[in-house]
Amino acid sequence: MAKVLMKGNEAMALAAIKAGADAFYGYPITPQNELPEYMSKHMKEHGRVFLQSESEVAAINMIYGAAGAGARVITSSSSPGIALKQEGISYMAGAELPAVIVNVMRGGPGLGGIQPSQGDYKQITRGGGNGDYYLYSLAPESLQEAVDLIKESFDIADYFRNPVMIAVDGLIGQMMEPVDFELETPKWDLPKKTWATDGNQKGRDKNIINSLYLDPNDLEKHDLKLKKKYDEMKRDHQRYELINMDKADIAIVAFGSTARVCRTSIQLLEEEGINCGMIRPITIYPFPSKAFDEIPKSVKDLLVVEMNTGQMIDDVKIVNEGKLPIHFYGRSGGIVPEAEEIVEKVKEIMGGE
Amino acid sequence: MAKTKTIYEKSNGLSDAHLSYCPGCTHGIIHKLVAECLVELDVLDRTIGISSVGCSALNYDFFSCDMQQAAHGRAPAVATGIKRVKPDSIVFTYQGDGDLASIGIAEAIHAAHRGENVTIVFVNNAIYGMTGGQMAPTTLIGQKTTTSPDGREEAHSGLPLKISEMMATIPGATYIERVSVHNPKHVIKAKKALKKAFEIQKNKQGFTLIEFISTCPVNWGMKPKDAVDWAVDNMIPYYPLGVFKDKTNEEAN
Ligand SMILES: Cc1ncc(C[n+]2csc(CCOP(=O)(O)OP(=O)(O)O)c2C)c(N)n1
Ligand code: SF4
Repeated sequence: MAKVLMKGNEAMALAAIKAGADAFYGYPITPQNELPEYMSKHMKEHGRVFLQSESEVAAINMIYGAAGAGARVITSSSSPGIALKQEGISYMAGAELPAVIVNVMRGGPGLGGIQPSQGDYKQITRGGGNGDYYLYSLAPESLQEAVDLIKESFDIADYFRNPVMIAVDGLIGQMMEPVDFELETPKWDLPKKTWATDGNQKGRDKNIINSLYLDPNDLEKHDLKLKKKYDEMKRDHQRYELINMDKADIAIVAFGSTARVCRTSIQLLEEEGINCGMIRPITIYPFPSKAFDEIPKSVKDLLVVEMNTGQMIDDVKIVNEGKLPIHFYGRSGGIVPEAEEIVEKVKEIMGGE
Repeated sequence: MAKTKTIYEKSNGLSDAHLSYCPGCTHGIIHKLVAECLVELDVLDRTIGISSVGCSALNYDFFSCDMQQAAHGRAPAVATGIKRVKPDSIVFTYQGDGDLASIGIAEAIHAAHRGENVTIVFVNNAIYGMTGGQMAPTTLIGQKTTTSPDGREEAHSGLPLKISEMMATIPGATYIERVSVHNPKHVIKAKKALKKAFEIQKNKQGFTLIEFISTCPVNWGMKPKDAVDWAVDNMIPYYPLGVFKDKTNEEAN
């Protein structure tokens, strides 16, 4: 099919509809409003559910209920709203419920701003709510990648019985780009949802959706069962892209929109005869540690670039294990770094000029 | 062989799990009524119940239908999520007064406001039972709790919240009634109210809430009989029993 020119938030909404989302529950917040607005119009046309909730707290609990009933569900929000959703997200991980959660990040803390940011990196990759759990978290850099990952993310959520976070920033939410919705995306092997409380108990025992384990031994067993999933994510489902790494002298580490800006920086540096590569995490949880095993000997420095004051850098430090010097360049507050700023930073590190 | 006749049986709507409630607590009676109504309306196998957070948090084990356990106060949102994707199911929440009247008041109001076709079983025992007897929004003036050791004072904590009266003002709500289970006559009345609520839901007529005046002998520091008497003497005068809203009746008129 031909590509369609669409706004990011709307493209992500359509991708969810194409992936068979049964229900969307959410609460308005900039810069993601076009997503629920699109859903409000088009979910109905497909005989699906759209509901604007009274708060993000309610939205995520509606998601919990519907996911528990066996439906494919999606919600979207932006940073302060995602913060409010953490309680429900923790309950969902505990009760092993699948859902897709889109976070169109804006600047923080607090009410912050409404411009693009990657300030929720830690909120996303550390679980965010209480207890031992993680979200499989995908950070696309373009609309095409966002659409493809959203289509697949429902399968991933169902496979792990765990929420999946789509971590984008306001830039991706607001920009327009041509997208092909018919590109083949991986289909996961999924068992039937025999665990669902779907209101049809004929011919089966009752089902229970629950995260409460009062006996410490039971809870520990449950926590270890959850840990197995996170271990599997780390072992088999890291995603990343290596860009221009073959002969690189320095490697940038960047995700999402920032990685996209860095692509331009790499080109500009190349024109000046500087070999700069990039590790682009596509999963920010699990953090792609395997990418760092592939760094060629030629690379002497790592430069982490983020739209925050330095969050992913801690994960880079963990996987780097002290091997290479790590530098940082970040803009925050809703400012997207210019490719030239990063070029300057690279040159400064390499001792040029 | 002597002939035996069954004159009383535990409802099929209840499982064989051992109830976790204290002796003399009226949570048990309310469970029995919920179970009996679901069985009598022949909806048990398409019912999804929602446990909340409080002494009844474990009742996902007590009812024999599908159950979900919800975060503190969020049961009406969970119910909404379920009902919207499974409109032919019967969905109820079972919530205490801390759960519904305090932390979950927004979710309760908005479920009513949207006219969600679900039933809330609201258990008002004027205290937080599960956490050891702290003050609730429904705690009576002068009532001693672990966080109102000198008795609730209006100047400090305001006046107790009348949930049924308040919910009845919400245009979207269909049926709101307050009942009590302090004696057999009232147990029968309470069951009638609850059954009506579930029937309304079955007929897809919208949001229903039945408030039960309940006891907490343990945290009230009373013997079960004294607790029942205290509920009658102190709670019912402030929380009068009756139907506060019945849209099905208004529509008939
Ligand atoms: C977010 C959150 N805050 C507080 C608690 C602790 N907590 C558990 S039960 C409860 C009060 C329950 O009281 P109520 O709803 O009146 O039910 P009862 O125990 O009296 O039946 C509280 C505050 C919790 N589990 N979760
Ligand atoms: S603490 Fe109170 S409300 Fe809870 S089970 Fe015991 S008597 Fe009932």
